[in-house]
Amino acid sequence: MSAENLIEIDNVSFAYGQREVLKGINLNVPRGKVVAIMGGSGCGKTTLLRLIGGQIKSTKGEVRVDGQAMNALDQDGLYRLRRRMGMLFQFGALFTDMSVYDNVAFQMREHTDLPETLIRDLVLMKLDAVGLRGARAFMPSELSGGMARRVALARATALDPMLVLYDEPFAGLDPISLGVIGNLIRRLNDALGLTSVVVTHDVHESLNIVDYVYFVSEGVIVAQGTPEEIRKSDKPFVHQFVHGEMDGPVPFHYPAPAYTEALRLEAGHA
Amino acid sequence: MLRRSAAALSGIGRRVIDAVWRLGYASRFFALTLLSSGTSFRRIGLIIKEIYFTGVLSLIIILVSGLFVGMVLGLQGYETLQTYGSESALGVLVALSLVRELGPVVAALLFASRAGSAITAEIGLMKATEQLTAMEMMAIDPIARVVAPRFWAGVISMPLLAAMFSAMGVFGGYLVGVVLIGVDEGSFWSQMQSAVDVKHDVLNGVIKSFVFGIACTWIALLEGYDAPPTAEGVSGATTRTVVTSSLAVLALDFVLTALMFRGA
Repeated sequence: MSAENLIEIDNVSFAYGQREVLKGINLNVPRGKVVAIMGGSGCGKTTLLRLIGGQIKSTKGEVRVDGQAMNALDQDGLYRLRRRMGMLFQFGALFTDMSVYDNVAFQMREHTDLPETLIRDLVLMKLDAVGLRGARAFMPSELSGGMARRVALARATALDPMLVLYDEPFAGLDPISLGVIGNLIRRLNDALGLTSVVVTHDVHESLNIVDYVYFVSEGVIVAQGTPEEIRKSDKPFVHQFVHGEMDGPVPFHYPAPAYTEALRLEAGHA
Repeated sequence: MLRRSAAALSGIGRRVIDAVWRLGYASRFFALTLLSSGTSFRRIGLIIKEIYFTGVLSLIIILVSGLFVGMVLGLQGYETLQTYGSESALGVLVALSLVRELGPVVAALLFASRAGSAITAEIGLMKATEQLTAMEMMAIDPIARVVAPRFWAGVISMPLLAAMFSAMGVFGGYLVGVVLIGVDEGSFWSQMQSAVDVKHDVLNGVIKSFVFGIACTWIALLEGYDAPPTAEGVSGATTRTVVTSSLAVLALDFVLTALMFRGA
């Protein structure tokens, strides 16, 4: 394995029962970089993220994180590795029975023996980094979508992980919150020396902040490159995706019998 | 004809396999909960916090119901006993009915609908909003951190709630029998004291409520943990918790009563 890649995915396939979601994916995430995995809904990109996080195991091929094969890890090994990972869930997944402060302090209290005074300083630093030091007493139900996402980001980076996984960090946000989250992902990655994997379908925001992009469609990687290469790409799928065109390699119509046949417009009736 | 009966047979077979699978899943979940209880006992604060939510917040409904059940027992008991001229035994009747049966059983039914449904809904929603997955991704076992403290809180709360239900019931019986109707106070209490045996009656009642506590909390936790992560899934799971717990309490009560009070 190469020391410069934190994540290496070798010819990985995955199926939910009979339904094959990923079909032989190869993908590398270099240390210190922000890499986006893009694709339409249901293309298998979230499955890929769950494979990296060890929530599911590949049916074929190997996923390695920091040199460790995820399929070979037992629960203890997996938990040891996860202590060095953070994950931002699509809607934050904050613990609703705890305040913002307690959410960020949660892992510190669970995994370390730090005194409460030190935890307090660390939590305030983390919250300050996402601009929400003033919201520490709020309950998750009192936060807007964007604020909840920022608290979740502070929580995901609470123990200074080596890797942060983002599951649709931009979904359902207004343009300002979207820009804020995008910037935070980039800034935290560089300031804390993290490696980030962003799963998203928000092409414009992610092209502004990431170092490299993989496009997934129907379980295979159909294109990859730096944001610059992607913008210039003339591959039909990438073009359709980046420019949001209605029809193309991803057809507008769900497969159906011929229209004329469905409307019974055969020659005799027309 | 042959094909139809084959289909019916295979349908029955499938249901039996499903039921056995679910029983195995539930047992495994129970064993995992017990095995993952270390954290709860090392950090007893986790259990105490849950005792507040399951036990303390159920107190009002338990105490009020206990009072009314005791008052009804006082009225009905007096009606029947006075026919035989033995209304002085009213205290015994009220106390034995409560300590042996009504205390553990009614408290458990109320516990299942008040605390059990809340536990299922809470855990089901935590699952639906990915909070349990988030915990797993933080390398924290949700069974140890979320399920086990709630389990022990339920098991500890249940006998205490049943005891308070019975105490309140006896007080209700006293209010109606002695204060309102005018049964002799001395014989009400003294007959109760001599007839109620600590081991045979009180201890058996406590054992019952302990078993009901395990059953109700286990069912509530399992239904929540296993709920499909949708609004419909959580609402279905909450209903199942109340129905299954209630049936389990009544069925277990019969089994335990048969074992404990065999005409001795």
